[in-house]
Amino acid sequence: MDFESYDVLVVGGGLAGIRAAIAVVEANPRLKIGMVSKVYPMRSHTVSAEGGAAAVLRPEDSYETHAFDTIKGSDYLADQDVVEAFVREAPIELIQMEHWGCPWSRDPDGKISARPFGGMTTWRTCFAADKTGFHMLHTVFQTSLKYPQIHRHDEAFVTKLLVENGRCEGVVAVDMRSGRFEAITAKSVILATGGLGRVYAFTTNGNICTGDGMALAYRAGVGLKDMEMVQFHPTGLPFTGILITEAVRGEGGYLTNKDGERFLKRYVPNKMELGPRDIISRAMVTEFEEGRGFEGPHGKFMHLDVRHLGEAVIDRKLPFMRELGREFVGIDIVKDPIPVRPVQHYMMGGVDADISGVTPVPGLYAAGECANVGLNGGNRLGSNSLSECLVFGAAAGRAAAEYASSAKPVGSNPVEAMLKDETARIEAGYLDKKGGEERIGTIREDMQRDMDAGAGVFRTRESLEKLTKQLGALRERFTNIKIEDSSRTFNTELTAALELDFMLEVADTITYSALAREESRGAHARRDFPERDDAKFLKHTIAFRTEEIAPRLEYRDVRITNFKPQARSY
Amino acid sequence: MTDKRITIRAARFDPEKDKVPHMQSYDIPFSDESMVVLDALNYIKAHVDGSLSYRWSCRMGICGSCGMMVNGTPKLTCAAFLRDYWPRPVTVAPLTNFPVVRDLVVDMEDFMHKLKSVKPWIIRKQEMPLGAGEHRQTMDEIDDFRQFSQCINCMLCYAACPVYGLDNEFLGPAAIALARRYNLDSRDQGTKIRLPVLAQSDGVWECSFVGECSVVCPKGVDPAKAIQQTKLDTTLRFVLPYGNRE
Repeated sequence: MDFESYDVLVVGGGLAGIRAAIAVVEANPRLKIGMVSKVYPMRSHTVSAEGGAAAVLRPEDSYETHAFDTIKGSDYLADQDVVEAFVREAPIELIQMEHWGCPWSRDPDGKISARPFGGMTTWRTCFAADKTGFHMLHTVFQTSLKYPQIHRHDEAFVTKLLVENGRCEGVVAVDMRSGRFEAITAKSVILATGGLGRVYAFTTNGNICTGDGMALAYRAGVGLKDMEMVQFHPTGLPFTGILITEAVRGEGGYLTNKDGERFLKRYVPNKMELGPRDIISRAMVTEFEEGRGFEGPHGKFMHLDVRHLGEAVIDRKLPFMRELGREFVGIDIVKDPIPVRPVQHYMMGGVDADISGVTPVPGLYAAGECANVGLNGGNRLGSNSLSECLVFGAAAGRAAAEYASSAKPVGSNPVEAMLKDETARIEAGYLDKKGGEERIGTIREDMQRDMDAGAGVFRTRESLEKLTKQLGALRERFTNIKIEDSSRTFNTELTAALELDFMLEVADTITYSALAREESRGAHARRDFPERDDAKFLKHTIAFRTEEIAPRLEYRDVRITNFKPQARSY
Repeated sequence: MTDKRITIRAARFDPEKDKVPHMQSYDIPFSDESMVVLDALNYIKAHVDGSLSYRWSCRMGICGSCGMMVNGTPKLTCAAFLRDYWPRPVTVAPLTNFPVVRDLVVDMEDFMHKLKSVKPWIIRKQEMPLGAGEHRQTMDEIDDFRQFSQCINCMLCYAACPVYGLDNEFLGPAAIALARRYNLDSRDQGTKIRLPVLAQSDGVWECSFVGECSVVCPKGVDPAKAIQQTKLDTTLRFVLPYGNRE
């Protein structure tokens, strides 16, 4: 039996995945690269990033301040050697993006412009108006088209990693169009599948952000690191969860409560609207609880007000925000304040990987939001993630290329058997499943509602314990799902079911990791343990899959180099 | 308000069972004034009929996945509000001018090839080393190509294009707009390399300048303008030295 076979296979076609693929070509142009994505690459969720990408490009800035801001922002859970390497690479990567054609907004002298951003002490967030992710993704995708070494498998859904004798040798994927199961083998595999926002009900994340890569790695025995660290962005539109970029505050927008007060003066008096996301989201929820939020048909909200910036600045720097306001809320942000409330946005946690994207399974690499390389710790600073996708996508690409250049070819015998087993699992469990009563949509909605309630901006032992029981019951219900669609052609009920299966597992890792971290650090705010506890928890949580629902948790010391943990106030 | 309902008529087609597409009606709650057509489809898929197939992701008008015909007009379903149609039924069909894969999912491989054929990347005679920093570019120079860089590849313009409907060899609005985006970029020196593809018989000259592409574009791109400008370029190449940056 013949399989598509590559030197390096990239799973995911967003910014990290495409950057990784190009890095493989740069490292060794003779390598054959596969890229498998469940959507056409330009649909990847990078496209929704708005505000910018951080890098030290201005003479008045320094690597040390970018590193310090990132580490302080992480509430000292970032690995400092990783941060120090990242800040040095980020400027090179943004220049590379410029050479590839990214339409960065410019200063009058023609150089790449920068804007202020939350938790950053100086202007270092480079931007392409307020569609930075869109422009970066299309730039890097269109650039990738010039490399004949990169072979794409668009709209193929990866169901399993092929691991043989402890080494990752490829994947099993369903080609969505034909419904055919395929083994795609490779000497090294890079996971770049993005986030998991869809485990929550109220999220900025697109439908495709279902934690696939995290679940694939988890099932292959790789630990998931710091899964309790879930970022809630302060400014999502009520009802849709559409992201209103932090750049709105970077450009001078105010957050006000129903008394018209810039309430952040009570929480981050020195930073105000430019405080970090975790603290501002908590401030907003606290204000809601104390009765100072607006009440609307879709719950409580605050005002984000840019009226004082004027139409010219808004149209130059925030045109997409004006468009979103007009299209989705029916307001003109030049004249009306924007209703906003905290919304799940980003996953700091992810596949345990090192500074080069290397995971503990030989041949398996991870980069971007699905990975945790130790950069973001307890709270990612806005605009670090686009740069992270480039820096660590490229690093993973280089490492995977090096491994593939010397690794033995993949044998086809065990692969054939593994493909047969995986096909049988999915046919029996889904496509040919008879009976069943539970709708996938209902289980998913219940999971999302329970996650919002139990593992949101604030958590307690009580909320998390309740959540473990709810998730356990949902897993039970999942065994009784009903699949109405037996077609092999573009069966999105099948993919939705496989995604839900992934999400139920990663949701457990969030919940159990959060339950065990009895302190408050970064985005993980425990009402019953309100203080940070460096003596016990200056450590990464690593969750390993077991035969039970609850993962086995291990801890690993954070690597400290030049920045001693201190109290985090802004 | 809670018992307000709306009828969604969705095109269904499963090549494993059907010879031709048929319409299926769903009567669903119209529970919130903010609901869009995509929310209605998602309601159907989650609560009524799990077999309905369509693409979507960001539901904020930027990923370009959810383009469909809504009451006969190509639209992003995430930005098509039910309140603008109610109480009439809403008919949702796959984008016209494309082969249908399944239900509301069209085959867009043709565009992916066309996109690549116009070489949508920066072409330079000599690459500038990374150590030399960025190319200088003014906001005015960005304004030259800005609108053409806003294309989200949603395919609404191909669905609206009567020429593409008659002859799918036509390069089409989005691919030409993206070629134009690079041709107009002050960092690019590839116009001459792109022009043969644009000038060939299935290139810009096929366009009969109906302009529907620009009307339906949800992102304010004006592909019709890109096509007319490129026609001028392909003419001028025979009388003027190539381009302005070589």
